[in-house]
Amino acid sequence: MPTFVRTDKCDGCKGQDKTACMYICPHDLMKLDQDGSDTGHAMKAYNQEPEQCWECYSCVKICPQQAIECRHYADVVPMGASVQPLRGTDSIMWTIKFRNGNMKRFKFPIRTTSEGSIDPYGNKPAADIAKIGEAGFFTLGGVQKAGNPSELIRK
Amino acid sequence: MAGEFGKPEIVEEEVDILLIGGGMGACGAAYEIGPWLDEAKKQGIDLKVKLVDKAAMDRSGAVAQGLSAINTYLGEQDPADYARMVSNDLMGITRDDLAYDLGRHVDDSVHLFEEWGLPIWKQPGDEGKALVDGGKPVRSGKWQIMINGESYKWIVAEAAKKALGTDRIQERVFIVKLVNDKNDSNRIAGAIGFSVREHKVFVYKFKACLLVAGGCVNIFRPRSVGEGTGRAWYPVWNAGSTYAMAAEAGAELTMMENRFVPARFKDGYGPVGAWFLLFKAKAVNAFGEVYMDTNKELLNDYPPYGQAAVPASCLRNHLMMKEMREGRGPIYMDTVSALGKLAETMTPKEIKHLEAEAWEDFLDMCIGQAGVWAGENIEPEKKNSELMPTEPYLLGSHSGCCGIWVSGPTDVGAPTAEEHADAGKIPSHLPSGWNWGYRSMTTVKGLFTAADGVGASGHKFSSGSHAEGRLAAKAMVQFCMDNKDHQPELADSVADLVDEIYRPVRNFLESKDYTTAIDVNPNYITPKMLQFRLQKVMDEYVAGVSTMYQTNAKMMEVAEMKLEMLKEDALKMRAKDLHELLRAWENYHRILTAEAHMKHIQFREESRYPGFYYRMDYNFVDETNWKCFVNSIYDKTTKTWNCFKRAHVDIVDKSKLFK
Repeated sequence: MPTFVRTDKCDGCKGQDKTACMYICPHDLMKLDQDGSDTGHAMKAYNQEPEQCWECYSCVKICPQQAIECRHYADVVPMGASVQPLRGTDSIMWTIKFRNGNMKRFKFPIRTTSEGSIDPYGNKPAADIAKIGEAGFFTLGGVQKAGNPSELIRK
Repeated sequence: MAGEFGKPEIVEEEVDILLIGGGMGACGAAYEIGPWLDEAKKQGIDLKVKLVDKAAMDRSGAVAQGLSAINTYLGEQDPADYARMVSNDLMGITRDDLAYDLGRHVDDSVHLFEEWGLPIWKQPGDEGKALVDGGKPVRSGKWQIMINGESYKWIVAEAAKKALGTDRIQERVFIVKLVNDKNDSNRIAGAIGFSVREHKVFVYKFKACLLVAGGCVNIFRPRSVGEGTGRAWYPVWNAGSTYAMAAEAGAELTMMENRFVPARFKDGYGPVGAWFLLFKAKAVNAFGEVYMDTNKELLNDYPPYGQAAVPASCLRNHLMMKEMREGRGPIYMDTVSALGKLAETMTPKEIKHLEAEAWEDFLDMCIGQAGVWAGENIEPEKKNSELMPTEPYLLGSHSGCCGIWVSGPTDVGAPTAEEHADAGKIPSHLPSGWNWGYRSMTTVKGLFTAADGVGASGHKFSSGSHAEGRLAAKAMVQFCMDNKDHQPELADSVADLVDEIYRPVRNFLESKDYTTAIDVNPNYITPKMLQFRLQKVMDEYVAGVSTMYQTNAKMMEVAEMKLEMLKEDALKMRAKDLHELLRAWENYHRILTAEAHMKHIQFREESRYPGFYYRMDYNFVDETNWKCFVNSIYDKTTKTWNCFKRAHVDIVDKSKLFK
């Protein structure tokens, strides 16, 4: 199910040298066709290797213009269906359209804190350098769960 | 000087610690390392760190798409129980020390995820109560907890990026080769890679590095060969880079014969866990027979692993494959009966909620499966869905245990010597016993790994991979403090390394005008065609789907010859742009990983994982001769592998599995 970019919606991320989809694709699939020589559509992005697309939807979710959708992979799936998300800051909404026209909509939470709010070391202790050679993380100063010692049959 | 295609700018940088990868393991390391660096600095040792990811950390690694569950959360359970489960699922040959150590650490990472904003499902009455405060999770299995995990990686990456600082992170640079130390061939001193965005080659020199570049996908011909090629079960960008780079650096690999063949919803490879565990659905043959019941006697062929309360994953496949071989397919997940049964005791509102949960399972982690269901008009309450065993995958963090042999914890009773009949065949420069100073260090000094990289363990999943990255980060700081005066020196010249990295570009530029068709040229091969060749060999001779996962010594002899030629031809890969240079090196890594897989299967004269692969010339589990690790060393000069045995030892009592 490779992603595709709609010519009527993609604005090439307003002429920046890197688009949001290029930034995010884990497999380096999205490419901005700067002069239109690859696709005939200058300053629009496209999926340069559709048969390598994992359908992870990272580009679909990040596109500021909602210009990216998926066409379910042609060698397997009957035509006509679509699965499209709208990802917000705290939830994601999905619209699933079946081949027969049936629709389903779902909304799921995605995070309980606001984006960018993580304070990684706030209220965490310093590491105890005396324990660097022992088990345990700095956060706890030891292991999370010391097991029952009698389980270790060679000790 | 700005580089150009074929003449890249060379950027040299010296750090103390390099993190290679951006997935859960790397994010764990990026988080844990900070406070240890602070303390080292207080002691006058100021260590420089850099993280290099071939993609963008927000969505890189196996969790890029999201997940619907965290599969490793111990809660009240003992780490010994966890180590026992790992062992049995992987047919008895795992390192209890590594699994146990992971088990006693992992929950802290899950608690952090929740603190950072990951929504974790709670039991009624405990909503809003954090796990760390005693909130009871919704378990879909003994070790699994349910989450709303669409943004799982995004959240974990945010914490990692903030912890490390963006100036210490380099995205879109693909490290393709490690460089040994000039004065010690069993030590690591550097790494080289290239930008996939600019014409730049990056050469790093360091004291220690964490190699966490994932598992290996697409070395076998996939069941879908058109556009569906990308719809691999594990992420298609996992190219075996961890195993291949470690092997070339001289690190000892372990259990590379192991593979994972998940049985998943057909074509989309959507998750089945929630259906089995949460909705209590059964897998049936075409005639509605539950093959786990009707074929139960087959489990008796593999004592004791078939007799545990939960038989090993491969054996569950084995029972399914009997149905397929004997013509009783398709195999189905009986969603109709499961939902029907639940409807008997639930209100329509509860049913609707349950249906949403079923869809979320796909939408959080395998949207492609939702696409298949939508395209085929599948409503699970009305129509059953097909199941299918996938093409084989190599990994060390999910239900697989191939990877690198690493130093384990010293306080759990792991062996410190090597005592068995074949001990003399272990190359003498390699360590004895299961720990040699620094947790998660490979047999190469300064080279550490985690997550999919650590072999002979498995069942770490996302949370365990994060925890393992943290264990390694701490040990690397310790290593660098102990080696503070060490000056790394690259064994190879930078000019030679750059030449090697850019060879595919040269191949293209030198020969492109010889023919009129850019892809058909006797002087080079495209990375794509090379990948097809690899997949064809592995599929047809090394127990891929086309032989129903069967091979033998004679078939592997043919594979050996074909892989050797393929490895030679890999030097003739072309790259017409930076994107193709990325593919060229990914596929080089795939070839080495595939070769290791084949050599290990060849060496192990039994079928340890029935349902994952069968050696038809040794179609049995041989506890007398092969209840041992198979490890190997690659010699990059002669391009040959040396496989040998290491003894397996139980550190926790396995008999408890079978009571």
